Amino acid sequence: MAQTGHLMQAPRAAAPLFSPVTWLRIAIIAVVVALWETAAYGAQLLGHIDASFAALSDIMSKVTPSLLTIGRSLFELLAHADLKWPVGLGGWQRDLWVPAFYWHLYVTIAEVVMAMIIGGLSGLLVGLALGANPFLSRAFERYLYYLGPTPKIVFFPIMIMWFGVGPESKVAMGTLSCFFPIVLSVAAGMRQIESVLIRVGRSFRLSTRQMVTKIYLPAMREPIVNGIRLGMGVALIGTLLAETKLSNRGIGFMIIDAYNTFDMPRMYAALAVLFVLAIGANALVGRASRAR
Amino acid sequence: MNKRFAHQFLPFATGLGCLLALFVLIEVLVRNGFINSFIVPLPSDIVFSFQRIVTEEQVLRRFMLTFGEAMAATAMLSVAGISLGVLLHRVRIVRLATETWIAALASAPLVLMYPLFLVIFGRSAWTIIMIAFVSALPPVILKTLEGLSGARPVLINVGRSFKLTPSQLYWKILFPAALPTIFVGVRLGMIVALINIVGVEFLINFGGLGQLVNELSERYDLPGTYAAICFVVLVSVLFFLGTERIERWLRPGT
Repeated sequence: MAQTGHLMQAPRAAAPLFSPVTWLRIAIIAVVVALWETAAYGAQLLGHIDASFAALSDIMSKVTPSLLTIGRSLFELLAHADLKWPVGLGGWQRDLWVPAFYWHLYVTIAEVVMAMIIGGLSGLLVGLALGANPFLSRAFERYLYYLGPTPKIVFFPIMIMWFGVGPESKVAMGTLSCFFPIVLSVAAGMRQIESVLIRVGRSFRLSTRQMVTKIYLPAMREPIVNGIRLGMGVALIGTLLAETKLSNRGIGFMIIDAYNTFDMPRMYAALAVLFVLAIGANALVGRASRAR
Repeated sequence: MNKRFAHQFLPFATGLGCLLALFVLIEVLVRNGFINSFIVPLPSDIVFSFQRIVTEEQVLRRFMLTFGEAMAATAMLSVAGISLGVLLHRVRIVRLATETWIAALASAPLVLMYPLFLVIFGRSAWTIIMIAFVSALPPVILKTLEGLSGARPVLINVGRSFKLTPSQLYWKILFPAALPTIFVGVRLGMIVALINIVGVEFLINFGGLGQLVNELSERYDLPGTYAAICFVVLVSVLFFLGTERIERWLRPGT
């Protein structure tokens, strides 16, 4: 009997737990983990097969430690309190026992933030000047454009001579690294501002400061954020590489110290945390550039 | 003529003039003791050091070593990066599963893994080449993918109207159309690779130009260090200009 008055709904198939893409991702991760563990186990086994392989086995098991060992190192890195960190505010002083990793992370973050403040602000000012003045842009921008993609780490000996071996030289490396992408992004962004916005500002007789804060900066938000995103990446690399070369603090120092003591699980753990933090920070700034 | 003078020559002369004036100012300040000569050497000493580092420090051999490492990394990048980009384009599910991972890797400071490569390959050229390869691979893959995905549909439709097989469509239409964008990726990869090669040479004190800067600074040869840094910057700029010219030839109008 035909039913009228309402549509018959076909029974829905239950939605799959995971999409094929998720399954593939899980499969890729499983294969990588299996290969890694096989290499780790194989390296240990090699030493038992023949004594002549002992040295090779030792190196191989250091290069590919079991993921469980790396996980243990990661836990120790993040949770084992082994550093007395004196903190104080006004008259209140206290010694905190924390994992040394957080202190090194604090040092690196402070260096990168300082570098971003100095390099970002100077890049913003120079970029605004170059973007607003075509003569200045034609006179100087080519030098910045060509100096941008040069390896900045070779300037580190100069930074050491100028600023010493402490955190200042690392801040200077970060500053030098992030200055170029920011200045070029800001200058290019300024040239792309719609002329109607500038004419509106002038018709309202805005002062230079008002033009910068009310017209230029809001219209250039996206190129500025993109410049900061690029600058943050290279500032982080510049600072960390400088820390690996000559320092006694910071995440870069932790990584090279783990290498020098051949503590590979600790090095993998530090690298993993660093990559997660760098990718996360990049994604956050990227999201800020897209947010309306 | 006057307009061209005002538009091109005057800004160029101003920029160059300001640079020269800066060098003269530093020379005067150092000579008069306003700047410590143990921190900043005389610019004239740096200029005279060029000849010394070219003859005594075997700059040509070091340059060839760095250039060879950069070319080896570029060859590996081109083969692996383009192949992986093509694979990701052809197998959609692989692309959906891994594209975000590759984009994330592109923003990770992969060069920090150089101690790991030192353990695997030892203090050798392979460490430098491999770290350059790994660091520069993500942009090449992503740009290859972008080039293949951005091929104009009209070109693909023309191919289909000629009843080309999928393989012919790929190699006769899609790949040639994507080639300029792929080259942008390879160029980007080459620049990242060169930066990392010189950087790691400097850090592990091995190889070509990066090692030269490190050695001179460890000897506290100030004018030599500054001259070597200028040489590295000059090589990087020439490399950048050369690849930019090839890119313009491949992408006229950009």
